[in-house]
Amino acid sequence: MSVVKEFTKGFWQELPPFRLVLGLCPTLAVTTAAENGVGMGLATTFVLVFSNVLVSILRKLIPSKVRIASYIVVIASFVVMAELLLQAYWYPMYKALGIFVPLIVVNCIILGRAEAFASKNPIIHSFADGLGIGLGFTLSLTVLGSIREILGNGTIFGTSVMWSTFEPLKFMVKAPGAFVCLGFLLGLMNIISRRRPAH
Amino acid sequence: MSDYLLLIVAAILVNNIILARYLGNCPFLGVSQKMDTAVGMGMAVVFVVTIAGMITWVVQYAILNPLGLEYLRTIAFILVIASLVQLVEMFLQKSIPALYKALGIFLPLITTNCAVLGIAIINIQEEFNFMQTVVFSFASAVGFSLAMVLLASLRERFPTARIPLPFAGMPIAMITVGLLALSFLGFTGLVK
Repeated sequence: MSVVKEFTKGFWQELPPFRLVLGLCPTLAVTTAAENGVGMGLATTFVLVFSNVLVSILRKLIPSKVRIASYIVVIASFVVMAELLLQAYWYPMYKALGIFVPLIVVNCIILGRAEAFASKNPIIHSFADGLGIGLGFTLSLTVLGSIREILGNGTIFGTSVMWSTFEPLKFMVKAPGAFVCLGFLLGLMNIISRRRPAH
Repeated sequence: MSDYLLLIVAAILVNNIILARYLGNCPFLGVSQKMDTAVGMGMAVVFVVTIAGMITWVVQYAILNPLGLEYLRTIAFILVIASLVQLVEMFLQKSIPALYKALGIFLPLITTNCAVLGIAIINIQEEFNFMQTVVFSFASAVGFSLAMVLLASLRERFPTARIPLPFAGMPIAMITVGLLALSFLGFTGLVK
């Protein structure tokens, strides 16, 4: 498979969290607003790209028996870096994401890509894979965040988009809205992919 | 004493770890299809979360804080949890085989359960003392099991329900969890 294909598969074929149903906690928790979705997506992309590259570089050195533990250490190191970078340069976002910044370490998408892809493929392919999946994840979170922000708050990226008499559905920005909204999007994806012929 | 009671009620009902704090969704949706696996997973989580909460609290206040290494918390905690799960597995296998049989397959899955790391971090962020940490960790894990058993009992009825085909499986499970979370919203304000 070409490098380009490794990159583009993250946007539909293996689009997380819809096609790969992984990494649900950050997906549900931070998408109360579109901006938080972007922030979480970019932080995850950062960790995913660097951990994929490093795992790929080390793939011949890591003994297979301790590989999962090694991957976790690699991922955790980059998560700590992302945490410190966010604190230094994007403090409001660090505050908004809260506990979910350290929890990127247990996002199964990242460990999943390390195990399923980066440990078996060359560096440049792993980089493309990490970037594609990461940006796909960012896209999904932004879409979900936008829907919830529009319905629950009447705004998108902080600017008002609904008519003046619009009554916000407050429950959309709370926990039930997150689950229901993701459920409907998953159903919608199933309808669309049934219409398209299989690859 | 009433402080602890409030902490327990708040952790189980008001700020339920899954339905209000969005932690531990992967195992929650993954193993809640059958009642017996849901109960097994719930027990394993209660066991591990309580022990992990205690140990990570000690690590934070006895090792990381005195040495000024607070920024290493994420790495330290995930390593502690991963090795703890391994240890618990080996210990149970040797000394309590009956319990190991019951929890066996669920233990390795717990390492990647973000509820474990999440609760450990919440304990530190809320600046709980040791006793509060134990109570909060235990109660949160009980809340996890409660939500899981409730969902499992709902999902056991899915095979006999007429669900639109594109919604079968994960989508309908999500929407069900949403309705469950909606009913738990009713507990808001029960404890301040």
